[in-house]
Amino acid sequence: MTMQLSEDPQAVAPAPRRTFLYENPSVLWFMACLGLFTLIVSVLSEGMGTGLISTSLVKILGMTLCLCLIAIAMDVVWGYCGILSLGHFAFFGIGGYAIGMWLMYARTEIVVRGNLAAGTIPPTEAEVAEAVAAQIFGVVGSSELPLIWTFAGSLPFQLAMVVLVPGLLALVFGWLAFRSRVTGVYLSILTQAMTLALSLYLFQNDTGLRGNNGLSGLQNIPGALDVPQSVLSVWFFWASAAALGAGYLFFAWVVSGKFGSVIRAIRDNKTRVRFLGYNVEGYKLFVFTLTAVISGIAGALYYPQAGIINPAEIAPIASIYLAVWVAIGGRGRLYGAVIGAVTVSLLSSWLTGGGAPNIDFGFYRIVWTDWWLVLLGLGFVLVTLFFPKGIGGLFDYLVRKKE
Amino acid sequence: MKASLMPRSIRMAILFACLVATVAFRAAPVAAQSPLQEVLQTVQDQVANPARRTVPEVLDALLATEAPGRLEFLRAWAEREVYVRPGDGLFFYARDAADQSLVLLDIDTGAEIDRVGSRDVNQIRPNAGVRREIAAALVKFELLDPEPAQRRAALETVARSPDPEQIPALRAALAEEDDPGIAARMERLINLLVARFAPDTATRVAAVESLSGDISTEARRVLNQLLQTRTDFAETRPEDTNLATLRTVGGDIGLEDAYARLADAGHFPPRPGHNAIRDALRAHVVAGEVGGVPVHRLDTDAARHEAYRALEEAGSVPPLVTQADMEAAVSQYVFFDAYLEPDPAVTDAARAALDSTRTAISAWQFLGITLDALSLASIFFLAAIGLAITFGVMRVINMAHGEFIMMGAYTGYVVQTLIPSYTVSLVVALPLAFGVAFAAGVSMERLVIRHLYTRPLETLLATFGISIALQQLAKNVFGTQARPLTAPDWLAGAIRFNDIVSISTIRVAIFVLALMFLLLLLYILNRTRLGLEVRAVTQNPGMAGSMGISPDRINMLTFGLGSGIAGVAGVAIGLYAQVTSEMGANYIVQSFMTVVVGGVGSVFGTLAGAGLIGALQKGIEWFNPANTLAAQTYMVLFIILFIQFRPKGIVALKGRAAGD
Repeated sequence: MTMQLSEDPQAVAPAPRRTFLYENPSVLWFMACLGLFTLIVSVLSEGMGTGLISTSLVKILGMTLCLCLIAIAMDVVWGYCGILSLGHFAFFGIGGYAIGMWLMYARTEIVVRGNLAAGTIPPTEAEVAEAVAAQIFGVVGSSELPLIWTFAGSLPFQLAMVVLVPGLLALVFGWLAFRSRVTGVYLSILTQAMTLALSLYLFQNDTGLRGNNGLSGLQNIPGALDVPQSVLSVWFFWASAAALGAGYLFFAWVVSGKFGSVIRAIRDNKTRVRFLGYNVEGYKLFVFTLTAVISGIAGALYYPQAGIINPAEIAPIASIYLAVWVAIGGRGRLYGAVIGAVTVSLLSSWLTGGGAPNIDFGFYRIVWTDWWLVLLGLGFVLVTLFFPKGIGGLFDYLVRKKE
Repeated sequence: MKASLMPRSIRMAILFACLVATVAFRAAPVAAQSPLQEVLQTVQDQVANPARRTVPEVLDALLATEAPGRLEFLRAWAEREVYVRPGDGLFFYARDAADQSLVLLDIDTGAEIDRVGSRDVNQIRPNAGVRREIAAALVKFELLDPEPAQRRAALETVARSPDPEQIPALRAALAEEDDPGIAARMERLINLLVARFAPDTATRVAAVESLSGDISTEARRVLNQLLQTRTDFAETRPEDTNLATLRTVGGDIGLEDAYARLADAGHFPPRPGHNAIRDALRAHVVAGEVGGVPVHRLDTDAARHEAYRALEEAGSVPPLVTQADMEAAVSQYVFFDAYLEPDPAVTDAARAALDSTRTAISAWQFLGITLDALSLASIFFLAAIGLAITFGVMRVINMAHGEFIMMGAYTGYVVQTLIPSYTVSLVVALPLAFGVAFAAGVSMERLVIRHLYTRPLETLLATFGISIALQQLAKNVFGTQARPLTAPDWLAGAIRFNDIVSISTIRVAIFVLALMFLLLLLYILNRTRLGLEVRAVTQNPGMAGSMGISPDRINMLTFGLGSGIAGVAGVAIGLYAQVTSEMGANYIVQSFMTVVVGGVGSVFGTLAGAGLIGALQKGIEWFNPANTLAAQTYMVLFIILFIQFRPKGIVALKGRAAGD
């Protein structure tokens, strides 16, 4: 697992100072692939190029990139630091809600102002706020703007929330959990409990986030309402690609240095690391919080492309799928997480979206929408049993072959 | 109403019996006594065209005679079963015959008289008011009916539509009553009626006081009715009304609300609200200005008020009422709540009576919550104990545990489709569900988990893979809609303690089942060879192995046992919830919580965890009954905090057994 990072035992001091990229050739490869992919999609897209790729497919690809971003965050916290968090999708969802509040509020405000301007006298600010609240919260039988929406009209504030709320939640939760040395499966269950609590909380109508209706109409970006979706989708695709690239680079840098060595050591034997004088809980907390923040950012990019967010997205099952992606792709290597997320989520969209042809045996017909989850479940068991390194493990095989 | 349920043949038989009796005992005067028909003819018009006003005349005339069958006639009259022949004005009962014709029956003898078309006679149709009058009159007689069931039914009629007229009838009936149960019920009804309707204070107060301590909803409803209030105002503190509370403006009643009440009563001009001001301004736009203020500036309240003032001075709109105006107006009046009941002695007594029941009601409610919590805890216990044993012995989290619950429930469903008797199918389903889940558990352990003992986190994920595969398989086989698992009749009812506490029998049965499994497990673990070996492997697998125990075999059996219990839990859960492919997933997180809170590998720990979580969830629901979701949210938060203080659960393994 420590493949590119271990010092070559043959290299005797004074070894030449090697650059980050020289030590991490996979980063260059990844960036090249990502860039090429972005270029191809842009050229073929409906909004910018030939139109070979439909707008909805561009959106799916953009969303997949966001899922890759949270997958590498998950890989860092689980594959590198050994914390199997079953709650990172909660942070993803919070990021989505934070940006969704602004999207929904600002757009509703534009619509409401348009409607009120038709009257003979201009509306007061209070009237506008009241109409916006009635518009947004009518579905849950309320017409008051909840307290948490006070600054929903301010983009900078909500952008800050995208980062701050997941970060703070992770900080408090992680501090409580790590401080009392909750580890292993206990911690997994606890994080699952956290995401369950959050989704149950959001399911309530009176918590100010529209209960199970969630936030909708997020694909309409205030300030760019006259830009067609085909173009917007490419913009978001670019943003997602940029975020994934930056996130990959950042995490690769984080896990490559001394810090990376310490967290891998914590994964392998935390007691020894503690005896060596490291503050194990501090490291864990830092990694947990950092990955939560990145998850929040990924969510904030994902949901404007999905167009809707509701509490079901945060249900514990989503976070477990996240772990499944990382495990199938290969833990402990960032590109593994990306491969896992891309493979599983695209395969899932393809098979459940009716894209795959059904197989007719005569006596039984395999309908993929029915059998995909069975396949995924069993495939996952097989991967866990026989290929613990996941798909990414194949690259080790290739590299060894070459040598 | 009840009379209509009586088959007509029986009614006729009664009529006939009455007649025979009359003939037998009063042989001589029978010819002289006017039969029912003759009595009815004296009030012919009132019977044929019933109106609420004239009903008492008919009733008086009827009840003044001893004519047999008069009660039957009253019932039939109310039920629109009496017909009148236009030619001679005689009344008949009728029976449907073929080709839309009617067979007319004599109302005295029940004999068939004629066969006519349905157009030849008129059906008498009393309206609802008349029918109520008739029913009230009938009640008096039904209260004296020899059949206890009839008397009870009559009492329920009285309770449903309380009426002061019925007090004397009830008193008379009470004097004759020899069934103590019915007598008690009558006494209470009299009290309820007297408390509400009696004319003099002393009687009512006595009746109200006799209701104190009565926790039935019926009694409390009467007391609450007596304590109904209305909000009103007056210039001075009113002396002649039965005052409940004085309201302070700004505290109990808002300033605007108080002013609106005054305005509604016409004492002050209504206050133009935000919308009224806006509409008035809209209506007075002249050349882009309102009262000298340009329209585009009207986007603040201050500018709008300025414009409105200008319009007000021009006299074109009603005056703006300011805060000071409202305060001045409101200060001249006293706002208060008054009881609708004018008699203060009665309301005082009613309040005291309600207060006296409060403690008893809280105690009963507490008991109800406790029972609910116990029942929930037994479900959690059944769902989680299997998980706890496997986790304790093997340090393995089985995410597919919920799917074993589902498997058990579907086994129950399949058995029920094969065996028609619900009782027999339940008896077959319980062991079969255990067997199916046991087999599934053992094969999963052999095929998957055995290979992952050194990697607990990966077991969690692999079993999750199995879980989603099993869920989808169940969906493919049984479809997505919920399947019923019907409880046999003897489990379908509920045990009622009183109006406040009742618990469904099925929950009691689940509690008993949980108790049985608790005892069974304790027996297996503490008194059998297998239990000894399980405990040894739980505490120290390596040492157990060196003592000749095969941890491999023990792991397999424990896993089977844990899964089997999950299967049984599935049948139990399926009986009161519905069987779906997702039912396991709904319980899995709660089961984890139970295990984590209770402490792994201990039966009593799981019991404590289930008890704590059940009690907690019901307790939180009690404070916020409308919101089960909130209860679950707070419960999960509590568990997260609980783990802070007891990371190993309530019952933690100590010493070397603690492992890691």
